Order: sequence, then structure tokens, then C-alpha cells
Amino acid sequence: MNAKLIFGMTITLSLATAMPVQADSKSPYLDAKTAAIIKRDFRDKGIAKADRVNQDELQVACSKYRDDMPDGTNDMPNRTKVNLEEKQLKSIKWPADGNFVGDWKAGEKLAQSGKGMTWSDKADEPAGGNCYNCHQLSSKEIAYGTIGPSLLNYAKKHGSREESERRAYGHIYNVKAYIACSNMPRFGSMGILSEAQIKDLVALLMDPESPVNK
Amino acid sequence: MNTSNVSKVVMLLALATSYVAIAAEGGVSDSDRIAQYREMISDGNPADFDEMAGEELWKKPGGPKNASLEKCDLGKGSGVVKGAYAEMPRYFKDTDRVQDLESRLMTCMNTLQGIPEEEIAAKPFSTEQKNSDISTLATYVVGQSKGIKMAVSVKHPKEKEAYEIGKRIFNYRAGPYDFSCSTCHATSGVRIRMQDLPNLNVAKDAQAAYTSWPAYRVSQGLTRSFEWRLNDCFRQQRFPEPKFASEATIALTMYSAVNANGAEYAGPGLKR
Ligand code: HEC
Ligand code: HEC
Repeated sequence: MNAKLIFGMTITLSLATAMPVQADSKSPYLDAKTAAIIKRDFRDKGIAKADRVNQDELQVACSKYRDDMPDGTNDMPNRTKVNLEEKQLKSIKWPADGNFVGDWKAGEKLAQSGKGMTWSDKADEPAGGNCYNCHQLSSKEIAYGTIGPSLLNYAKKHGSREESERRAYGHIYNVKAYIACSNMPRFGSMGILSEAQIKDLVALLMDPESPVNK
Repeated sequence: MNTSNVSKVVMLLALATSYVAIAAEGGVSDSDRIAQYREMISDGNPADFDEMAGEELWKKPGGPKNASLEKCDLGKGSGVVKGAYAEMPRYFKDTDRVQDLESRLMTCMNTLQGIPEEEIAAKPFSTEQKNSDISTLATYVVGQSKGIKMAVSVKHPKEKEAYEIGKRIFNYRAGPYDFSCSTCHATSGVRIRMQDLPNLNVAKDAQAAYTSWPAYRVSQGLTRSFEWRLNDCFRQQRFPEPKFASEATIALTMYSAVNANGAEYAGPGLKR
């Protein structure tokens, strides 16, 4: 299921009205004006329809606050964080057969592919995982991004095999169940990747033969 | 083909070959590559040709009114181009709003030359087939601020408001990936795949980034404007398309430009 709790924002603010500016960072007037501008100033292009700017509850909260900044500039109130994470955890569909692991070679292909969901991507082309865009997943591949942590030797880092598999599956399915405002997409909950594809990625992280653990 | 066009083609071919040669070397980061590349061409940026073409366009009568843009007021008075870009975006009294360079050029092309704004906004970016006039004009105008310190004002209430709205749009997360500008541009020293990402909340990075746009993109063989840069980042953000020179893109430009204040404008730049 897509975690699409679209916020029915009724913006009654007229964009033409000039108001004295409150320059402070938490001005509800400017928040409302920004929302109205964003609603008006984007248009459909290819598969990227204008309604993509509509936010769900988590996106609203994480546009205002952060809980994932390593430099300690986090300002999200703890109650908000816990509440959001509980809801995100409920959106994770755990595998019915209790098996978390697929084919690591298919997982590696997915991890390499940066395709998907932009207005220049085709509707019939399935999205890739974009994992290398943000993570190191092989000691041989030098073209990896650093927005996320290195996942090298993942299989050995997170306790028992069962715990690690579960952790990997949960994080890929919906990382926001663990860190509300993580920069990583919610691959399962937003319908970007299928259960089978997520299992292939868990295999990539867990298999002793995969580049992650070699 | 006149001689300047011939020499342009020869130069571009040489550039393309050297770029491919550099790109083929493994283990070199993009920033190192572009540094090497810059050295090889020293001060010959292909964007220089667009600057010259833009100056011609600026002075040439055109549009339904068969007028040139020489009377265009970019904020420092009618016809003043020198240093204008270093103070943009800014509030304009006649339109009663904050405008970035491209939005303002659109206003002048409309009022002075009679070209409908919708016509300009329909095809605002250059393609391999055709350079866009507004992009080429922008390349000329920015070149006239080279070496001048960025001094974008937030004194007018509407300027201040544009900055604050720009900051909010920068942090606005949405779309299938939950991305905002801040996903890629709010942490220092990170990269996506091999591309270094500036932290645009921090003066040092914002200055280096902002003052190097518009830029000639070697991989595309075209000079790209700042509106184009934002447009392509929204694409990577998995957003729908921002309308050209809209309040949203102007506010984001305001946010980026003010964060770059104090640095010397160094464009048109040269990019991967
Ligand atoms: C836009 C960047 C981005 C992309 C794309 C991305 N991640 Fe992440 N990932 C992160 C960040 C950042 C974290 C760390 C959590 C945090 O602090 O937000 C993370 C955390 C993780 C974790 C948790 C590590 C742990 O502690 O157990 C796993 C597993 C993971 N990512 C796997 C993947 C896989 C597999 C893909 C591809 C389908 C992927 N990521 C794509 C940014 C990204
Ligand atoms: C998914 C990641 C991503 C997102 C989200 C993103 N960008 Fe970018 N941005 C990039 C990449 C990658 C580059 C470098 C481009 C290149 O080298 O091709 C870049 C380059 C830039 C540059 C030029 C930097 C330079 O030094 O040349 C600016 C300015 C910029 N982005 C602004 C923004 C703004 C504003 C937003 C929000 C609308 C945004 N970006 C969203 C990935 C992103």
C-alpha cells in the first residue's frame, strides 16, 4: 500500500494580499503562503504529475523538523518522532512466508540502477534501487555516494542472522519506521520496489558471496 | 559559416576530445576531473561565445515592436547591465514583485519588444537543436558582473519574504522519494554517486556553487542558466516540473543568491 495520507490542505490565503513579513523561521503565515505557491507553481511533466507536491503527514513534519542530522541540529520534538515512527512501522508488510532473502545478483543490479520516478523516466520502466547513489556496497565499485552510511560487511554488523535480515528488510521497506526524517526513500511503503525486489536487496546485504561482504 | 563559427566548432571538438580523455581515467573524482579540464582550456570557456551572441541579441531590434533590449532596466537603471546580476534577484517597483534575471528579461522582452511572456516561457531552455534567446541573453548579462561582489538585498519586505519562502521550499519534502533540496544539499562533504554536492545552507559552498552559474555543460555542449539548474534538480528530486520563472523558482534563487553574498561573481562557469 502506498503510504499516501494526503493532507487535505485548504488554502484560503490569497496570494495577492500583501502582508507585513514576519521574518522568523516559524511563521504560520509564511508556511501557508509557501504551500499555496508550491501548489500553483508546478505542473505535470511525463510521469511526474503535479499532485506529487501534496505532502503526507510525515513529509509535512520532516519539512519543518529533522531528527536525522549527524551534526546534532535535530529539532523534532520526541513525541512527534515516536508517533510518526509508530505509524510508519505499521505500514511495513513483512513477508508472509517468514523468508527475507532473495537473489543477491538481482539485488546488485537493482542497487546499481539509478532509474526511476523522474519525469524523464518512462511509466513502463520499473524503478531501480538507487542504492549506490547513497551507499557504498562493494569495495570494488568506486562510484558510490555518501549520503548514507557504508553498508560494507553488513552481514556481520547487526547481531544474529535473523535479526540482521529483519533489520535490513525493515529499513529498505520503510526506513522512516526507525528514523522519521531519514534521507532514504520508503521503498516498500511508497510502492517503489516490490516485496520480491526488497528480498533480493536483503540477499545482497546478507549473502557471504555478495560484494557487500566480500 | 563565418570564421568565428568555424573556430567555435574546432574549439568545441578539441574540448570534447580532451574531456572524453580525462573522463576515461579511472579513479578520479568528478571535481578533480573538472579541475584538470579547466586547466587544459585555461581561459577559453565555450560560454564566451554565448556571451557574445547574447550581446548581439541584446542590441538587435526584434519582436513585434522591432525594438532592442538596450532600455531594459535590470535594477540599476534603464540600460545598465554592468553589475546588475550581482544584485539579483531584487524587488522591481514597476512589476511590484521580486524577479530573478530570467523573469526580468521576460518582462523586458514583453514590454519593450512585444513578445508574449507565454511564448518565452513555453521554450525557455536551450536544446541541441536550438539555443533559447532568453538563455543566451542571460549568459551575456551575467558576464557583465564577472569579478563583482554578490550583494543581493533583503531590505525590501518582499525581498525578505522571497528569501524566507525560498528557505521553506528548500526544505519542502514531497514526492515518491520524500526528497527536498536539503536531502542532497544540506550536509557538507557528501556526494551522490561521484558528484560532489554543495551544502547550500553554508556560505562557502553556496558561494562557489551560485557564482559559477550559468555554466557551459561539457557533457551537454550547452550553456545552461540558473533556472535550468533548478529545473534539473527538481527532476532529480522526483518532483513535477516547476513553472519557468515562477514565484517558487525565484524564491529558491533568492535563497541561494543571498547565501552566496560577499563572494565575487565568477560566471559564466564551466561544468561537467
Ligand atoms: C537518498 C539516499 C539514500 C538512498 C537512495 C538509499 N539509502 Fe539507505 N540509507 C540512507 C541513509 C541516510 C541511511 C541512514 C539512516 C539515516 O540516518 O537516515 C540509510 C540507511 C540504510 C540502511 C540501514 C543501515 C542499518 O543501520 O542497518 C539500509 C539497510 C539501507 N540504507 C539500504 C539501502 C538500500 C538497499 C538502498 C537501495 C534500495 C538504499 N539504502 C538507498 C540513504 C539512502
Ligand atoms: C537527489 C539529489 C538532488 C536534489 C534533491 C537536488 N539536487 Fe541540486 N544537485 C544535485 C547534483 C547531483 C548536482 C551536481 C550536478 C552535476 O554535477 O551534474 C546538483 C547541483 C546543484 C547546484 C549547482 C552546484 C554547482 O556547484 O554547480 C545547485 C545550485 C543546486 N543543485 C540546487 C538545488 C536546489 C535548489 C534543489 C531543490 C530544488 C536541489 N538542488 C535538489 C543533486 C540534487
